[in-house]
Amino acid sequence: MAELMYWEAIRRAHDEEMAHDPLVIAMGEDIGIAGGTYKATQGLFEKYGSERIIDTPISENGYTGLGIGASFLGVRPIIEIMSVNFAWLATDQIVNTAAKVRYMSGGQLEAPVVIRSPGGTAHQLGAQHSARMEKVFMGIAGLRVVTPSSPKQAYGLLKSAVRCNDPVFINEHELMYNLKGDVPDEEFFLPLEGSTVAREGTDITLFGYNISTHWCLQAATELSREHGIEAEVIDLYALNPLDAEGIARSLRKTHRALIVEEAEAPVGVGSEVMAIINENCFFELDAAPRRVSAANVPIPYNHSLEKAAIPNVKDVVSAVLATFGLSN
Amino acid sequence: MTVTPNHRANNDDTVDQSQLSDEVKLRLLQEMLYARRFEERCYEAYVERKIGGFLHLYSGEEACAHGVLEAARPGEDYVITGYRDHIHAIKCGTDPRAVMAELFAKETGCSKGRGGSMHLFDAEHHFMGGYALVGGPFPLAVGMAKAIKLRRSDEIAICFLGDAANNQGTFHESMNMAKVWNLPILFVCENNLYGIGTRIERSTAVTDQYKRAAAYDIPAQQTDGQDLDKVYAAARVAVDHVRSGNGPYFLELMTYRYRGHSMSDSNAYRDAEEEKVWQGRDPIDLWKERLINQGLITAETFKSMDHEIIESIEDDVIAFAESSPEPAVSELEKYVLAENDPYVTGGK
Ligand SMILES: Cc1ncc(C[n+]2csc(CCOP(=O)(O)OP(=O)(O)O)c2C)c(N)n1
Ligand SMILES: [Mg+2]
Repeated sequence: MAELMYWEAIRRAHDEEMAHDPLVIAMGEDIGIAGGTYKATQGLFEKYGSERIIDTPISENGYTGLGIGASFLGVRPIIEIMSVNFAWLATDQIVNTAAKVRYMSGGQLEAPVVIRSPGGTAHQLGAQHSARMEKVFMGIAGLRVVTPSSPKQAYGLLKSAVRCNDPVFINEHELMYNLKGDVPDEEFFLPLEGSTVAREGTDITLFGYNISTHWCLQAATELSREHGIEAEVIDLYALNPLDAEGIARSLRKTHRALIVEEAEAPVGVGSEVMAIINENCFFELDAAPRRVSAANVPIPYNHSLEKAAIPNVKDVVSAVLATFGLSN
Repeated sequence: MTVTPNHRANNDDTVDQSQLSDEVKLRLLQEMLYARRFEERCYEAYVERKIGGFLHLYSGEEACAHGVLEAARPGEDYVITGYRDHIHAIKCGTDPRAVMAELFAKETGCSKGRGGSMHLFDAEHHFMGGYALVGGPFPLAVGMAKAIKLRRSDEIAICFLGDAANNQGTFHESMNMAKVWNLPILFVCENNLYGIGTRIERSTAVTDQYKRAAAYDIPAQQTDGQDLDKVYAAARVAVDHVRSGNGPYFLELMTYRYRGHSMSDSNAYRDAEEEKVWQGRDPIDLWKERLINQGLITAETFKSMDHEIIESIEDDVIAFAESSPEPAVSELEKYVLAENDPYVTGGK
């Protein structure tokens, strides 16, 4: 078992999959000679050459479509979009082609592409570099969405995404590439559906994904220490499809729910999880479910405003206490 | 603007016709006439409400797909296009019955009734689809060319799209990538002078589309898209260029559609005089006259060819489409995702 950083785990998955299958390629802006903005492909240009580690022009819709077209013929591209804010330009090809081609061809064509991209608010990057898109992609039939919260998940989900015959969008986070964690040395694959229990608990379920899983875990520690509340933390690493059964299983145990997301609330992960709870376990509930989300604003540049826009561990703790009719 | 020697308009009337054998010339007449009758029968079926949705017909443009694909390897080369796609699919080898059944939304259709007129597919014959987003196929085509190059095989990718599609960003992004990576792709622009109701000079700064390829240093040619000999001759040059590993090529074919853009279009924006001029240069008439002059066919044999085609479309194609079953509603959610993909459960 080695301790790897998140970016190292992604890089290892690239390397192994490219060694395994000569039709696996990687493409994106500055991923080749420059080694990748977040080093996810560092050293691979030297190893696999320019035909397979492709520095693209700044043409997000164009090169994403190129990857999709190549995948029709059995190529398995891993497409890196430098920031998810730029993936808006590629939504046409992702949504109109990759997600629909299997269906509209009656099962004849498929688009086994992986599109990876970091979203989320880092440090004062401004409105056009701080947004998230997972809520957009998770509503698209035919497109899988996963979002790793640890180096182990980053490796195992990318490995499965490359081999899976469906298009997969992998939502990463600008702030998480240097996160460290244990990754088993032997090769492994993680399921692209489901959720994991990141912390067992009995009193309330905190639903997180990607960076917000970490906020939930920190809040759970504090809640246990300061308030004697044992929170269960469910890591929703798969956003499409969402693990309705896993959500219900935990609620049957805890009877309370809080969804924590870095994105703004409307039409998001939180609203979808709430709908699942309402439809599947309404009568299990001891309290109304709540959400902790970003303010519904473009992310500001000013540091204090930026901090105020994004939820934090304190917000999670307060929301849990409110669920119990307590305050801190 | 300076145009390199490779960028030229081909207005040469003396095309060498010896490239096609008599047998092939006759087959092409039969195929183009079949295409015309097929499309006109679709028109009727649409009026009868047997076909739903949008329907874009190819009547008037037959020499484009036939000339280009005759010079290529239909069924082997990877072909992609927009929504005006029936004839490209058939020329690639798709059974016309499966095309009509698709338009009739039947399970036996070439997309199992899930696609419709704008989304014909036939993976077996390397017809990689009809797509409805104008300009959408450009990058897909370049991607197929990338895959061909990675696999070191000798097929090429061929992308047929309209003139108005060249105003999408995907056109420029794709031409650029095709050139930077020297990919085996032939771009065929079917320039019928209109994007729905907007005539080309009202939307497009440079109306000669072949000139736009110069911006990417891609060799290009403009030719008469109504004259099968000229299309074929130009396409031979283009296909040879691409297949020999010289990178992309851009071929512009000047053509005209007879019907409205789709069935919901009255054509009111077009000048009757203009329509008449183009109908005087009908690709099938031109070809028929040429073959009559060459003694390959007579007016009578042409007539009986026409009758046979009309009959076989009725007895074979329409009958098949009519009698085929619809998809089962219980299979509504089939084909959204891969079935039983082991990696969805972590490789187990
Ligand atoms: C992205 C997009 N924008 C607009 C449309 C509506 N539309 C369909 S066809 C068309 C005109 C395209 O003209 P052209 O590319 O010249 O092809 P033609 O129909 O003449 O063969 C338009 C505007 C569309 N389908 N997709
Ligand atoms: Mg047009």
